[in-house]
Amino acid sequence: MTLARRIIPCLDVDAGRVVKGVEFQSLRDMGDPAQLAARYNLDGADEIVLLDITASVEGRATFLETIRRVAAELNIPFTVGGGIRTLEDATAVLRAGADKVTINTAAVARPQLISELAARFGSQAVVLSMDVKRTGDSWEAYVRGGRTSSGLDALSWAREGAARGAGEILLTSIDRDGTCSGFDCGLTAAVAQAVPVPVIASGGAKTFEDFLDVFREGHSDAALAASVFHSGEHSIVALKRFLAEREVPVRLSA
Amino acid sequence: MKISLVDYGVSNLPSVERAFERLGAAVERAAGPERIAAAQAIVLPGVGHFSAFVEALRRRGLASPLAEARARGVPILGICLGMQALFSGSEEAPGESGLGFFSAGVRALPATVKSPHIGWNQVRPTRKSALLGGVGANDYFYFAHSYAAPAQAEPTVAACDHGVAFAAAIECENVMGVQFHPEKSGEAGARVLRNFLEAAR
Repeated sequence: MTLARRIIPCLDVDAGRVVKGVEFQSLRDMGDPAQLAARYNLDGADEIVLLDITASVEGRATFLETIRRVAAELNIPFTVGGGIRTLEDATAVLRAGADKVTINTAAVARPQLISELAARFGSQAVVLSMDVKRTGDSWEAYVRGGRTSSGLDALSWAREGAARGAGEILLTSIDRDGTCSGFDCGLTAAVAQAVPVPVIASGGAKTFEDFLDVFREGHSDAALAASVFHSGEHSIVALKRFLAEREVPVRLSA
Repeated sequence: MKISLVDYGVSNLPSVERAFERLGAAVERAAGPERIAAAQAIVLPGVGHFSAFVEALRRRGLASPLAEARARGVPILGICLGMQALFSGSEEAPGESGLGFFSAGVRALPATVKSPHIGWNQVRPTRKSALLGGVGANDYFYFAHSYAAPAQAEPTVAACDHGVAFAAAIECENVMGVQFHPEKSGEAGARVLRNFLEAAR
């Protein structure tokens, strides 16, 4: 009996459509979020992450509607992020059907937000998202969609986030994101070792071996990817069978 | 038969509601004592902090009608924190009492493992139960919690391990509970909810 490693497809949403970003830049339409979510739910996804990548004030009502439509398709956990700055924002997202919220820029601006969310909704509902870039021989957390340095050391920030009540860390390697060169296992292992909460690795997934590596060498609890699933290149159930054959504990539905 | 979903202000009601509706059950939200008093079957979902939860139940006058429902034999299902609240108290809120249907106390998961225990895990039946009928050894359930009742607690029917053996499911006559989230546990979770509906029928 072991806690299964999770495979999490991520839906990056702009104006109600799933889009694909490359190195936090150019966008391409990948489909309807509710349809993709339903497909992944059937295909053995362990959780769905939905991110509002524009998070504009005008787009907020559309985004809440998208959350409702996606939630209606799921019988697995559902995490939502992008543009959550206040308790009220988080409440609206959870009421619309999310189980957890993920915060990044707003948490860096005001770390107390993590504590407030954890006190109100419980740690299990609060995911600290970190976009991290290597600088010299350390890692730095970036904000505003990976565009601006926060000046925070990634490992210290991860520790502080967990101490303030974040129940999970969603860790994206900016260096690897969109490069198809595999997860940053060194970064993932360093963060997984630094914090007492589960770590979700993100950025760079291409092959089945990449997922195997991030569980074995990166010691991540979960792995998140977007385009390799959206494009139909990998089915989740095939990936999980591959991992199971290599003795990574995964949930395979009967 | 209708399921009365206890509505105490903050919770993941929509997903629990939807999960029962998918199984064809009629669901109503029960926010006041009179709704609990008239309920045919009660589901007590819960997320957040133990003390906020039990305080909200008391403030809304729901604790006594829940105890009366238990005594009348009304089927009750506690989910996650809703299951923890059925015990006498929790290390999360020392000095605060739970509903006290069972005497054991809820404890923090040990510091030797990652906490919260978040993700999909398997459960090990410790005795036969209606709630977990048909659940297979390969079924996984979604957990998201930092506290749990001990596996030795008297109503335990299935245990799970995360640093320590804890109660994953309980059943004692008409009172049942699951530490995991059946509404978030795919087909395996749907089976557990269906078992509750059948037991309640």
